[in-house]
Amino acid sequence: MSVSMQSEHKGAPLEAHHEAHSKPHPRDRDYVVIAIILGLITALEIAFYFLEDDLGSGLVIGGLITMMIVKFAMVAAYFMHLKFDNPMFRRVFVFGLLLAIGVYIAALTSMHFWS
Amino acid sequence: MSDTAVHGSPAAESDPGVPSHATSTGLSNEKLGMWVFLGSDCLLFGGLISTYLLLRHRSVSGPEPADVFDIPFTSVSSFVLLMSSLTMALAVGAIHRADERRCRTWLLTTAMLGSVFIAGQVYEFTAFVNEGLGYTTNIFGSAFYTLTGFHGVHVSVGIIFLMSLFVMSLRGNLGTEKAETVEIFGLYWHFVDIVWILIFTVVYLIP
Repeated sequence: MSVSMQSEHKGAPLEAHHEAHSKPHPRDRDYVVIAIILGLITALEIAFYFLEDDLGSGLVIGGLITMMIVKFAMVAAYFMHLKFDNPMFRRVFVFGLLLAIGVYIAALTSMHFWS
Repeated sequence: MSDTAVHGSPAAESDPGVPSHATSTGLSNEKLGMWVFLGSDCLLFGGLISTYLLLRHRSVSGPEPADVFDIPFTSVSSFVLLMSSLTMALAVGAIHRADERRCRTWLLTTAMLGSVFIAGQVYEFTAFVNEGLGYTTNIFGSAFYTLTGFHGVHVSVGIIFLMSLFVMSLRGNLGTEKAETVEIFGLYWHFVDIVWILIFTVVYLIP
């Protein structure tokens, strides 16, 4: 029985099945806390937008991009479970994300976007 | 370990990371496939956002972004979509606990929040057209409508999937054994949310 299962897995170790979901997912309360934090960051983003004259463009743009990255990372890590699931899922997604960032930074540079 | 730990045991069927059938990687092919799709979708939206950045200030005639954007209204829409990610996460949590009734409630709530977002987008597009910004008015309009329109289509497809899952649940076909299906759809919905996080900042907020 065990042998036949090994052959069906074509050499994949059974431990991989357990590694696939090695850490427990957040509880409902954790999701609510994360959503509140995301909501507060969104409110701060909007405040930054309206305070551009007082804060200056450099600080506003830097702050908005930082908050955007934090929100992106929180949703991906907690709501999409990338922090808890098998690292293979994270690698696949991050590969696509980095490829997109690299390709389009190169494209924007070639079209003199930054100048 | 017996093979029932992999084939057909309740633990294997309800655990989203563990496939209910043998795979060469030991991971769920369906879930891995969704992550590959989302990784490739980054390239689609990366292209659309880059195009928008390149073209938004190259219009030879108005209106310009600052002339039409209504930041308070779009902020509310963004908050609604953000909260739909919370309700989706709660739906996934409920199906893992075999709480089908609560899962159904959260799925419907997510679909409603998504619909509110789409209604807001339709209202916003209508207001922009009334202010003189059509799809072919200028190059900013073309890039803006293409980017936000593609995102809107993603949300609309998500709402259709959500309602499909809701109907499946009503018919009793969305038990714990389908927890992975709900979780995989949840990945799609959260991705749509993180794309909007990018669009909201890059398109609307950054001066």
